[in-house]
Amino acid sequence: MSSFIRKEMLHILRDRRTLLVVLVIPLMLIMLFGFTVSTDVNNIKVMVCAPHRSYAVAEAVNRMTASRYFEYKGFVDAGDIDQSLRTGKAAAVVVFADDYDVSGKYQLLLDGADVNTARTSQAYLQSVLSTGNVAVKQSGIQTHMLFNPQMKSSFNFVPGIMGMIFLLICAMMTSISIVKEKETGTMEVLLVSPVKPIYIIVSKMIPYLLLSFIDLVIILVLAYFVLDVPLAGGVGNVVLVSVLYLVLALALGMMVSNVVESQVAALLISAMVMIMPVIFFSGLLFPTENIPWALRWISYVVPPRWYIDAMRKLMIEGVDLKGVLLEVGVLLAETVVLMTAAVKKFNDRLE
Amino acid sequence: MSALGFLIKKEFIQFRRNRFVSRLVFLLPIIVMLIVPLVANMDVKGVNVAVVDMDRSGLSGRMVSHLEASKQLRARLVVTDYRQAYDLLEAGKVDVIVTIPEGCEQTQMLGRMPEIKIDANAVNATKSGLGSQYVIASLTPLLTDGSAVLSPSVRYFYNETLDYRFYMIPAFIIIIIMLICCFIPALNLVLEKEKGTIEQINVTPVSRMEFTLSKLIPYWIIGMVALTEAILTAGLVYGLWPEGSLASIYWAALVFALAMSGFAIAVVNISDTMQQCIFVMFFFVMLFMLMSGLLTPLDSMPQWAQWLTVAFPPRWFVGIMRAVYLKGTTLAELAPDFLALAVVATFFCIVAIVTYRKQK
Amino acid sequence: MDNIIEIRGLTKKFGNFTAVDGISFSVERGEIFGFLGANGAGKTTAMRMLCGLSFPTAGSGKVAGYDVMTEGEQIKSHIGYMSQRFSLYEDLTVNENMELFGGIYGMKRGDIADRSCQLLHEISFSDHADDLVGSLPLGWRQKLAFMVATMHRPEIVFLDEPTGGVDPITRRQFWDLIRAAAARGTTIFVTTHYMDEAEYCSRISIMVDGRIKALDTPQALMLQMDAKNMNEVFVKLCR
Repeated sequence: MSSFIRKEMLHILRDRRTLLVVLVIPLMLIMLFGFTVSTDVNNIKVMVCAPHRSYAVAEAVNRMTASRYFEYKGFVDAGDIDQSLRTGKAAAVVVFADDYDVSGKYQLLLDGADVNTARTSQAYLQSVLSTGNVAVKQSGIQTHMLFNPQMKSSFNFVPGIMGMIFLLICAMMTSISIVKEKETGTMEVLLVSPVKPIYIIVSKMIPYLLLSFIDLVIILVLAYFVLDVPLAGGVGNVVLVSVLYLVLALALGMMVSNVVESQVAALLISAMVMIMPVIFFSGLLFPTENIPWALRWISYVVPPRWYIDAMRKLMIEGVDLKGVLLEVGVLLAETVVLMTAAVKKFNDRLE
Repeated sequence: MSALGFLIKKEFIQFRRNRFVSRLVFLLPIIVMLIVPLVANMDVKGVNVAVVDMDRSGLSGRMVSHLEASKQLRARLVVTDYRQAYDLLEAGKVDVIVTIPEGCEQTQMLGRMPEIKIDANAVNATKSGLGSQYVIASLTPLLTDGSAVLSPSVRYFYNETLDYRFYMIPAFIIIIIMLICCFIPALNLVLEKEKGTIEQINVTPVSRMEFTLSKLIPYWIIGMVALTEAILTAGLVYGLWPEGSLASIYWAALVFALAMSGFAIAVVNISDTMQQCIFVMFFFVMLFMLMSGLLTPLDSMPQWAQWLTVAFPPRWFVGIMRAVYLKGTTLAELAPDFLALAVVATFFCIVAIVTYRKQK
Repeated sequence: MDNIIEIRGLTKKFGNFTAVDGISFSVERGEIFGFLGANGAGKTTAMRMLCGLSFPTAGSGKVAGYDVMTEGEQIKSHIGYMSQRFSLYEDLTVNENMELFGGIYGMKRGDIADRSCQLLHEISFSDHADDLVGSLPLGWRQKLAFMVATMHRPEIVFLDEPTGGVDPITRRQFWDLIRAAAARGTTIFVTTHYMDEAEYCSRISIMVDGRIKALDTPQALMLQMDAKNMNEVFVKLCR
């Protein structure tokens, strides 16, 4: 058994490039997404249309320029408004009335094609223009952003990327490597050896499990020290749930490798149960509550959804294990079902 | 027929014989267009608010009714215990807590500003940001002297009902073309490498250009078929037909498909095994999806990251697609984006040809 | 003397490892040149350099009149190649494979049809022209690969262990095909480690650790080494 594991380890260690790719890519994903990607709407391009460039208008423009939500793009003539919106030079145009100084009347023309930007710019423009930020402060409303005071989207992405990377390494890489042995015929050679067949599969999985574990450590270190993700629910709990998820992913990989005969099929099937559901059904970008009822069951089935949910609670909201019992329960149940099915299927195939 | 013709014919025969892949490619656009627009909805509607009313005065009652009247806010639970509201927030039942302190009305009557507290669950940054803005907007008139607040008339262009699906459909079409034009040629080429058939080609006088083109052109055509399927599905199911000219969409899509398959072939050329190739490919597809403005706003990224995305083909294509599809912008108005896309496409195709080595 | 291959001091290094160490030889037009050696002796690497698949680290030489250092692509138009790994497209039919490779070498459609008909007839395989190559037994695939390699009437055909894993009867048939091609004037350059096959060759060279240890006709070699058969020659040389 240990000699088999050694063989698999050597395979991976000798293949420097693969090793590099597997260790460096998660790191780069975390860093890039952590620092750049944001679902938050900022830097909205605003143009102003004003017949009289009075003091009040100038003052309103100043307030917009000062806000981090807007990128002021200058004045525009009434006739060119449509073109500016259409070519994307502006996402919003504020049209001040002739008598703005007196009446305070203005109109907002928004590029509704980009729905969230339109909504956000309306809300922010209204609050900047109608009374000015000053009044809001005077009114004594204090806003607290709980759990994520700087409103960083990266907090959301870290669990999402973890959910995907581990599937990629544990499920996809193992299934491809098992199916490859099937394709080249070396699997037969291993199967006629006196080692129990199931150990052969297990020994193929262990190196990938180790690799994912190294990735887990890298990701957690980066998340905590570089991206300031709080890991408030305790590192131990995060690792515990992650290891459960890794085993689940391995079971999935084993299942896939049992069902398919070619590397391409292994890859496409893994991709279909991975990339698509992770992006669209896991709540990574799109809130699961917006999914229509008829399709919501898909999100109840895909494992990353539960893992990402649990990670979000543990890493950001800081609940303890009791708070993620449901998620852990579902993951555990799925692991048991998949593992049993995969082992049974594997033994059936041998006979 | 030249050598290129024979090679392309071979690609089509292989594509047809591989039932699994060819069916997948033909069904993918339809399935994605049927399901994903329903699921991928980042629309912020119905922000759930809990009000912790410790004042129980006329003013706090008016505040609650103002919040209730707001179109964007929902399920206003009035509780008296902050702890209770916090538990609801932690359980995800509520997004924003508004706390009205004791003696709020009295403070206002004394001519001072009462202190209202808003706590938003910022795990979802968009929702909490917008949600607290909505709360502030609906409470402000009550807390200032009330008369000064004038709401402007607002007009949404191009998508009057603010249907989020319309915004995302062009992006999903791009994702479909991207998946097909990246993964299918890459898989095909990596298999030739693993099976050794590429060796048999390398020992023939076929030029690098011919061989690379024989991998690009079929997926170019397949990509256009997928585009057509996606446009038809979007139109028939969601009633969204392109506002601008179809010719502009197809022109831009042709260039984009070329850029993506050129990129995919370059990745295969520099990787040795299928595992490597797929891992690298996933990395870039993730970058393309999340950093090109397909799913998240491009303008929100830091400047250096925006510069990085200059080399991402979807970054240019998504701008063109959204503008043409939703706003009816002409290709002439989008000339700079189109030019940039063409430059990126040429670059990736050259890289694909140059990185292909017949002789080692 | 009309030499189709002329090689001087051909060398290939991979890092510190020298796979082929300054070999020199020539091959006459129309002969069957056997390239023998133990596994890992450098046969395949040497052959890949001659076919323009691999750049020589040093040395000089000509194949079919073109320089191996600089004119790899021109060489390719004049040679046929059949590799150790089976490398026809398994998901294409016999005919589609022939059409593809004929087309790649710039043959006209009509010519391709005539030629594939003739080649299939030669191995009495015409009935299976529309079978998928992947569904054929190994022996047939190898014969077919040879036919495809000679499709465009190359001056010289390189065969890299063409009979590996094939039963003795098919091996004999395969060598009949090789000899028939040679009789029509095609030069054959073949690597093998079946010593009985070596006796079919006009001349053979034996490679040990990247160098050519012996080069002559099989009869001459047996005489020199005082051996009864090629097997003995090989064992004596490699020891």
